[in-house]
Amino acid sequence: MRELRYREALREAIAEEMERDDRVFLMGEEVGYYQGAYKVTEGLLERFGTRRVVDTPITEEGFAGIGVGAAMMGLRPIIEFMTWNFSAVAFDQIINHAAKIRQMSGGQFSCPIVFRGPNGAAKQTAAQHSQCWEAFYTHIPGLKVVAPATVADAKGLLKSAIRDANPVLVLEDERLYGLKGEVPDGDHLVPIGLSAQRRDGDAVTIVTWGKMLHVVLPACELLAKEGIECAVFDLRSLRPLDLGPALASIERTGRALVVQESWPYGGVGAEVVDRIQREAFSALKGPVLRVTGRDAAMPYNKHLEELTIPTVDTVVRGVRAVLAS
Amino acid sequence: MAANADELLGLHRQMLLIRRFEEASAKAYSQGKIGGFLHLYIGQEASAVGAIANLGEGDSVVGTYRDHGIALARGMTARACMAELYGKVTGCSKGLGGSMHFFDAEKRMLGGDGIVGGHVAIAAGAAFASKYRGLKEVTVCFLGEGSVSIGGFHEALSLAALWSLPLVVIVENNEYSMGTPLERTMSVHDTSQKAHGYGMASDRFTSGDVLEVKRRVGEAVARARETSKPTLIEVRTYRYRGHSMSDPGKYRTADEVEERKKTDPILRAETDLRTLGLVDADFARIEAEIEFEIEDCLRFAEESAEPGEELIEAFTYA
Repeated sequence: MRELRYREALREAIAEEMERDDRVFLMGEEVGYYQGAYKVTEGLLERFGTRRVVDTPITEEGFAGIGVGAAMMGLRPIIEFMTWNFSAVAFDQIINHAAKIRQMSGGQFSCPIVFRGPNGAAKQTAAQHSQCWEAFYTHIPGLKVVAPATVADAKGLLKSAIRDANPVLVLEDERLYGLKGEVPDGDHLVPIGLSAQRRDGDAVTIVTWGKMLHVVLPACELLAKEGIECAVFDLRSLRPLDLGPALASIERTGRALVVQESWPYGGVGAEVVDRIQREAFSALKGPVLRVTGRDAAMPYNKHLEELTIPTVDTVVRGVRAVLAS
Repeated sequence: MAANADELLGLHRQMLLIRRFEEASAKAYSQGKIGGFLHLYIGQEASAVGAIANLGEGDSVVGTYRDHGIALARGMTARACMAELYGKVTGCSKGLGGSMHFFDAEKRMLGGDGIVGGHVAIAAGAAFASKYRGLKEVTVCFLGEGSVSIGGFHEALSLAALWSLPLVVIVENNEYSMGTPLERTMSVHDTSQKAHGYGMASDRFTSGDVLEVKRRVGEAVARARETSKPTLIEVRTYRYRGHSMSDPGKYRTADEVEERKKTDPILRAETDLRTLGLVDADFARIEAEIEFEIEDCLRFAEESAEPGEELIEAFTYA
């Protein structure tokens, strides 16, 4: 075990996979000479050279498409979006091409590509730079979507994503890049499609992912002081979705809460709630509730931003609401 | 026959096969045997046939939804193509792609893409992969002039020129973006001029003479192969049929279409072949051979099995 920061774990994942497989290359804005907008790719240009660490002009549709074409030819591109917000101008390549090439070609061509970058709100970056993209992309058959919440998962999930034969979207988080955590030594792989239990408890089952894990766990500590013990499940992979362990927990607690940073309308939380009511209906003692971001574009103002995203306080209130229902 | 007569005969035969294939598919469409959209290549045959004649096995081809001619020129069989139009499991995309999505991994046919402009970057990506691997392979990308206004086209050209990718982009300017003529879609009607802003080589010619198309595209292919430099080419061409089967063609006159048929590439090839010594009997024999191939592919498509329900999700993930 070694302690790394989240961004260093991502960097190790990229470097190790580039080392073991010459088909893997990195492409994106400022990934090379600038050393990465968030320093995830620091040092990789010096190590691997311009053939494999490719700085691009501001052309998300262009370089996402080049990645798709290269993947169809058997390469393993890692496409970095400086933030996922800019993937909006590459939407066509991800949705209409990467996700559909296999189906349209009757299985003749695959698209083994990774799209990665920070997702969700940073700090006071306002409406266009603070969005969560999981609802958009998990909707699409043909894509896999992961959202590592821990440093170990950042490395293990990214490595699995790079080795996957499908398009995998890795939703990182700017607020997590500095997070420190233990990472197992060696070739650390976390399989895509497995959730992780982060806490045990018999009062309420909480399902969350990404940065919200770090809001949910402190909330659970506060509640524990009152004798309310919550079980917490970190989805890690949002498509495919692994709800089995959470459903088993709900069989015991009879109560469930979903915590997500993203907007309430539709989305991953709604999908989770649907599956819980279908597969654990008889165990439920009350409705499954969600704590979500507010249903508005992100305001710039610091105070208003804090009110827009779920906090420890809103999660505590959410747990109480589930228990009261 | 002279050497170039042999060559022209081969190209003429490919063009005629494409035309008869398209006529047969239009008929099958009107009989309800083909569904969805159907975009015919009739009139534009010399573009794909002349261009692709320059390519070898390791080279790649990417096209738009108007892809039947490109696929046949690339050597995909009439059977695999017609069965795909019929939505059969024996089709080139197992009946999952249809008219707009012809693929063949072995022939390096990367589609058949239905999003205007979206495929140009994918073609650049195929060229990128060749260069990354140090292989002297070339990718040829076909698109209509309607694709030239959208951003994806420009981003792909920008990157192909910046990174010197072995790519040949062929704009088939058939003068109508669906039903809208050039004067209402573009401030500059010569689309090859778009190359100048990217410092790319460019060329511009008509599709009337398939040998000339082959020679001119051949220069661009050689440039890509030997120096890894991309080229933007405008081929001035014309489609005799509507944008798709649902297009009544009210935006142009019958006289205009008839006038343009005078520069038909198949007619031109026949005239040139007659000068080189071919006679009526030769053409009758070619027509008969192609008629047989078309009847065969129709029968094959008709008799082939439908894809099973198990294929709906079978290819969603690898």
